[in-house]
Amino acid sequence: MSFLEVIKEFHPKDVAQAIEAKGPEDVEHALGAKRLSLDDFMALLSPCAEAYLEEMAQKAHAITVKRFGKTILLYAPLYISNECSNSCSYCGFNVTNKIPRKTLTLDEIEEEAKVLHNQGFRHVLLLTGEAPSRCGLDYIEAAIRRIRPLFSSIAVEIYPLDEAGYRRLINAGVDGLTVYQETYDKDLYLNLHPRGKKRDYVWRLLTPERGGRAGMRRIGIGALLGLSDFRVDGFYTGLHAMYLQKHFWRTQVTVSFPRIRPAEGGFRPLSPVTDKNLVQLICAMRLLIHDAGLVLSTRESAELRNNLLPLGITQMSAGSCTAPGGYSHKADTAGQFEIHDTRTPEDVFSYIRSRGYDPVWKDWDTAFLSK
Amino acid sequence: MANKTQEDYLVINGRRFRSRLMVGTGKFSSPQVMMEAIEASGAEIVTVALRRVELNNPEDDLLKYIDTEKYLLLPNTSGARDAQEAVRLARLTRAAGCEPWVKLEVTPDPYYLLPDPVETLKAAEILVKDGFTVLPYINADPVLAKRLQDIGTATVMPLGAPIGTNRGIRTKEQIEIIIEQATVPVVVDAGLGAPSHAAEAMEMGADAVLVNTALAVTPNPKLMAGAFKKAVEAGREAFLAGIPEKSLKAQASSPLTGFLRE
Ligand code: SF4
Repeated sequence: MSFLEVIKEFHPKDVAQAIEAKGPEDVEHALGAKRLSLDDFMALLSPCAEAYLEEMAQKAHAITVKRFGKTILLYAPLYISNECSNSCSYCGFNVTNKIPRKTLTLDEIEEEAKVLHNQGFRHVLLLTGEAPSRCGLDYIEAAIRRIRPLFSSIAVEIYPLDEAGYRRLINAGVDGLTVYQETYDKDLYLNLHPRGKKRDYVWRLLTPERGGRAGMRRIGIGALLGLSDFRVDGFYTGLHAMYLQKHFWRTQVTVSFPRIRPAEGGFRPLSPVTDKNLVQLICAMRLLIHDAGLVLSTRESAELRNNLLPLGITQMSAGSCTAPGGYSHKADTAGQFEIHDTRTPEDVFSYIRSRGYDPVWKDWDTAFLSK
Repeated sequence: MANKTQEDYLVINGRRFRSRLMVGTGKFSSPQVMMEAIEASGAEIVTVALRRVELNNPEDDLLKYIDTEKYLLLPNTSGARDAQEAVRLARLTRAAGCEPWVKLEVTPDPYYLLPDPVETLKAAEILVKDGFTVLPYINADPVLAKRLQDIGTATVMPLGAPIGTNRGIRTKEQIEIIIEQATVPVVVDAGLGAPSHAAEAMEMGADAVLVNTALAVTPNPKLMAGAFKKAVEAGREAFLAGIPEKSLKAQASSPLTGFLRE
């Protein structure tokens, strides 16, 4: 059974209603449960649970320390192209935006990669827009092979591929795949993606499964927070993460919580997500899935990231730049969105240390993949 | 959203059962006593050791009594010492006209009858390809359960304790992991000696339990079978209702969400 069949059982309106209807006894039940049912998860996402945030946080913290210890894995995004033929309303790379476009040459990619390597990073996330004609699979594969000696783990956040495509990338040295559904609400999804291949909701929804079948070791999912009601999209994200964990049990599932940031095009969040909402979502996710990696990017402010550190987060990016070429040169191209936490990797590293956590540069080795 | 209390069927390979109690047919003092117990148990799935019956003989003592219209006859391969033997036995049942459902047991150890994980996996793979609905009996090993699911078995049946020991669920932690990760029904099999053991398995979220010795070796199998029936139903209902555990009060330790009010 694919996730498409699972999600069909849950209409967004019903989910919203069920979440809204949860009361204190539901929340208390969920807080006491060893393993959450979907009903419990809804209770923790409900407005009613806001009164229990501190309890949720304490429990999320305890579970995370038990399962992950006090470690935070550091990674960096590496944008290799901002070309895109899609027109996602919220994104700076939207084809209708008049921004300088660039696809890095292999030499330029290596130059960027060396900067990150010298900063200490061994986990890198390779990103592109969606322009297969200018940024095809051959090119992406070549990029991976080029930077492979510099990193112990390479994940990709690129346009969705078929299973064979992912197998090719794995052979080239990729071990992780990140793909956000943006929103699980199909009608809203179609509104926000008026043109281009990304309009195909189902193709995108089933991408993590194709990656899982191809043998990805890590798969990251998430909803873009600010598009739809975070409680409802949060529920779907949890449902999706559980599905992936169960069906691809050799794969580590991670969940990200990207909030919409200002970007070229001036999109405003449709359903703004407050700091408090974000805390609730992260804690609820941790209580639902004890073993998922929870990822926090530099979209959030330094101050908020510091405060979120003990609430269940296990991975953080640092010193990020969302424009291709931006690490080695002052970017003459545009970024995908504005980053918020502008501290250097070194600063983030020492802050994590100061909180009694161990910042980890490497917890994987490509030797696992070499043929 | 579906109301959890409505239409609570056990579904195995698309087939629906109202009862979540399966029973075995060994060790009863007579077929009549056995049948009374089965009826009182409300079970719809009855497992029969192939090595005990003559499938081709309708006058066989055991088969004569079990109404296959009413019960799904689930032949088991107990006695098989390796994959080859189990596969051969399973094929025999089909050749004799049974439905292609099999409880796969590969138990080379004649003392505790503990299942051989390697041979079980091998046999399951062959039988699934062969079109059988395979319900494998296994030790409570979560990774083995996953691998069996991957190759397409219809359930997994982890043991609570070695067969016939009546010791209850000694593998609780492992079974909890299996239940948490399962994509097929989990049937707790072996070791359940008292109705409270069955209730416990159901409260943990098992989809069904299988009982034999506990019914067969009491002085009053019929009464005991009824007790198991109720225990399984009670455990299931408690699971559906959601058993509250001790609620966690915020510890006095430094608050983690204080910054939100700053
Ligand atoms: S979100 Fe991705 S596909 Fe959509 S416009 Fe941006 S880069 Fe292109």
